[in-house]
Amino acid sequence: MTDISAHPSGKRKTSSLLQLDARTKRRNAAERRFQIYGLVCIGIAMVALVMLLVSIFSGGASAFRQTFATFEMTLPAETLDPDGNRNPEEMAKVTTIGYQNVLRQGLVTAVRGANIVPEGMTDADITGMLSPEAAADLRNRVLNNPELLGQQVEIDALAHGRIDGYFKGRVTMQSAERDANVTPQRLQLAQAMADNGLMALRFNWGFVTKPDASDQRPEAAGLGVALLGSLYMMLVVLVLSVPIGVAASIYLEEFAPKNRWTDVIEVNISNLAAVPSIVFGILGLAIFINFFHLPQSASIVGGLVLTLMTIPTIIISTRAALRAVPPSIRDAALGVGASRMQAVFHHVLPLAMPGILTGTIIGLAQALGETAPLLLIGMVAFVRDYPDGPPAGLFDPASALPVQVYNWTQRADPAFVERSSGAIIVLLAFLLVMNAVAIILRRKFERRW
Amino acid sequence: MSVFWITLIAIAIACVAYGVGRQKALSSSRGDPRKLHSLPSYYGWYCFISSIVPALAILVIWLFVQPMITTQRVDSVLQLPVEASVGEKLAAKRDVQSVAVALDRGLAQGVIAESDLPALAENPSSLPATLAEADISLPVVVTPQLFNAAQTFRDLSSTLNTGLTVAVILFAVIGAFFGIRRCAPDFRARNLVERVTMTLLIAASVIAILTTIAIVLSLVFQTATFFEQYSWRDFFFSATWSPVFQGNSQLGILPLLWGTLYISLIALLVAVPIGLFSAIYLSEYASKSMRAVAKPLIEILAGIPTIVYGLFALITVGPMLRDWIAQPMGLGSSGSSVMTAGLVMGIMIIPFVSSLSDDIINAVPQSLRDGSLGLGATPSETIRQVVLPAALPGIVGAILLAASRAIGETMIVVLGAGAAARMGLNPFEAMTTITVKIVSQLTGDTDFNSPETLVAFALGLTLFVITLGLNILALYIVRKYREQYE
Repeated sequence: MTDISAHPSGKRKTSSLLQLDARTKRRNAAERRFQIYGLVCIGIAMVALVMLLVSIFSGGASAFRQTFATFEMTLPAETLDPDGNRNPEEMAKVTTIGYQNVLRQGLVTAVRGANIVPEGMTDADITGMLSPEAAADLRNRVLNNPELLGQQVEIDALAHGRIDGYFKGRVTMQSAERDANVTPQRLQLAQAMADNGLMALRFNWGFVTKPDASDQRPEAAGLGVALLGSLYMMLVVLVLSVPIGVAASIYLEEFAPKNRWTDVIEVNISNLAAVPSIVFGILGLAIFINFFHLPQSASIVGGLVLTLMTIPTIIISTRAALRAVPPSIRDAALGVGASRMQAVFHHVLPLAMPGILTGTIIGLAQALGETAPLLLIGMVAFVRDYPDGPPAGLFDPASALPVQVYNWTQRADPAFVERSSGAIIVLLAFLLVMNAVAIILRRKFERRW
Repeated sequence: MSVFWITLIAIAIACVAYGVGRQKALSSSRGDPRKLHSLPSYYGWYCFISSIVPALAILVIWLFVQPMITTQRVDSVLQLPVEASVGEKLAAKRDVQSVAVALDRGLAQGVIAESDLPALAENPSSLPATLAEADISLPVVVTPQLFNAAQTFRDLSSTLNTGLTVAVILFAVIGAFFGIRRCAPDFRARNLVERVTMTLLIAASVIAILTTIAIVLSLVFQTATFFEQYSWRDFFFSATWSPVFQGNSQLGILPLLWGTLYISLIALLVAVPIGLFSAIYLSEYASKSMRAVAKPLIEILAGIPTIVYGLFALITVGPMLRDWIAQPMGLGSSGSSVMTAGLVMGIMIIPFVSSLSDDIINAVPQSLRDGSLGLGATPSETIRQVVLPAALPGIVGAILLAASRAIGETMIVVLGAGAAARMGLNPFEAMTTITVKIVSQLTGDTDFNSPETLVAFALGLTLFVITLGLNILALYIVRKYREQYE
């Protein structure tokens, strides 16, 4: 045959299945390399994820703990309640400054009494260890419970941010020498107070419940207003995007004729899902604030913008859920005399509900983490007042969890870095819970037809 | 009464109408629902609809008309000069409103009594101080004219509000009455209710279109205003970006566009190989258990909010790159840089590339692989020479989608890339992007008549057009490819 005659020498190349020739070895090595590339790439992605989480958690865990000075003192009734009738409305005339003087006096007495003050430290120096916010806290406590006056009470006063930083390792003796806000002496005293049980690092609920604080008081800053704002926005998103999204999907999936018009809607929805989020912020600014004159930084505006962003997500997942319901269900319903509307609302929709619910939760989770559009509608404003209860509170200025993170990263004091990481831990915890619920719902109710 | 409560009352009336209508239909058939054309609840729903629709319609119309009436009346009291600009009029209106709101709160808290009002009208300048006692801040100089305007506003608002409440309740009741009257056995309630439902469904699906139209309109109109004040040639072709809020600023998009593309390029250089190789490994080699663990883990990366990546860039990646690479090599001393933002953004879009590619690779028919393996090719040769070429259009589509995601990304670049608009090649220098400048031009106090603010809309429109183009191209490629094997 021609093949054989092509080798005139008659010498055939011999090979054995048991002995790999050079070319096979090369090909097998290439195969192994290829697999290793794949594994390495997955490894890189995993390492990136782990690094991300570790950096956030190691930086932010300390935000949940705060240094408090704990000491006992008698609250002087005559200065804090000059009228002497324990009426909170009249006592409110004593300002925070009055409480500050009392508190400072108490601290100085307590510290001097324990005999741990370093040589040459003045009283003014000692009082600088407390946060300016501590007096306001004490004032609120007394106004809520006027009976405390004249009694020996235990005070939990927020320590100054730098003292807190010392216990968390952010401030050292060396850095304190160059720092206008703290002196090495104060750090020595803080250490001595900690040794004597007058100062301790404790879990701080205030981080989650209190409002934001000014640039100078990182120790008092909390997430309360931001959490409330985010909650309100999620309410708006839930109330608006679910009915609209589900209704739109029912129309498109069950009733819409296949024509140019529905094609336009479909292409539109898939494009809307990919529009950059910042463009939705511009939309919110131009339409809701400039045109409809809704208030800036109100959670209603944020909620509306996030609703528009969430609708495509909900439509896409709802349509998938509706499509997964087999046509036989519809046919059976129509066969026993239901109208098309009845077939959908009485039979298809309930069967698609778990899928819709899962998609909704995932859409909400996305909306919860969205930051960029909220920056444009004024949610970056510094808000210290809690918004009222809904519905009026929806129009009050509020912050949002991710925007609060951004806000804190823009501040000079390094203590805010810790707080923004802490805020992210809170945000991630919420997302984790929401996604876990979505997964559980899917596992529990998912039906294979 | 607030709009919220009025709506609740209307809904309550409609609910009553539901019950009455249903009962009426049942009793008109003498308790035998088989004689009815529709199920009893459809009669109820019909009454509900015929009650709530007119009530809500009058509510919406009223809410649009009321500001017009009050503005007109307040303007006539304020007697603003005819030549006053729109801004001045708006400011005056805002002052009137804040005085009115402060007065209401003052009255509610008892700082001012109703009887003090005439005296205050004579000499209103003490009002802010009086209100400050109750912690109500009123940062306005209150002139008698302003006070009178605020009083007119309050009177008119409360009159109109009462009118609104009465009108809504009236319409709800009349609607309910007419609905209930029509409930009879041969009335086709279901058809009507279903028609209304269908209208609602269609309206909901039109909202998606309306959103797009609103986006385009808001961008285009403001951009047109911008180009009236600033030459479009300078905007598109100038290489200098230096906004000055006193005016006379140079607003060239090129440095921003360069920063955006440079950062996105780095992000893609990170994400495409990693995402693609992960997808190949997971779909072709990985065991079932490994796939079950690794795939969700990679997808977690897509579920993490971008602000988290931004913070990661700011506090970890930026300083790390600066201390370990940029400074030792003398390339720069800034924590925020193109490399920082690009690297972190690359991590963020890994899951986009990998999960889309995974779907596409899985969609390649098994027969192609079997054929190649049967001819003696190793698995990697099969992937490189058969699977990938077959999946290529889809993968290109996935990469384009990832690119559009990268170009539109905001928080990572805001926190990681810096704010300096420059066109350079050194990836360890800070550069800036379109999205960063949109944020910086539109946050804080903005004046919507200056080109420095309006430029953000032109930037937004450019961004919208670029990402839309990429998306449409990607969807087109992906769709076209899918058709081949289905």
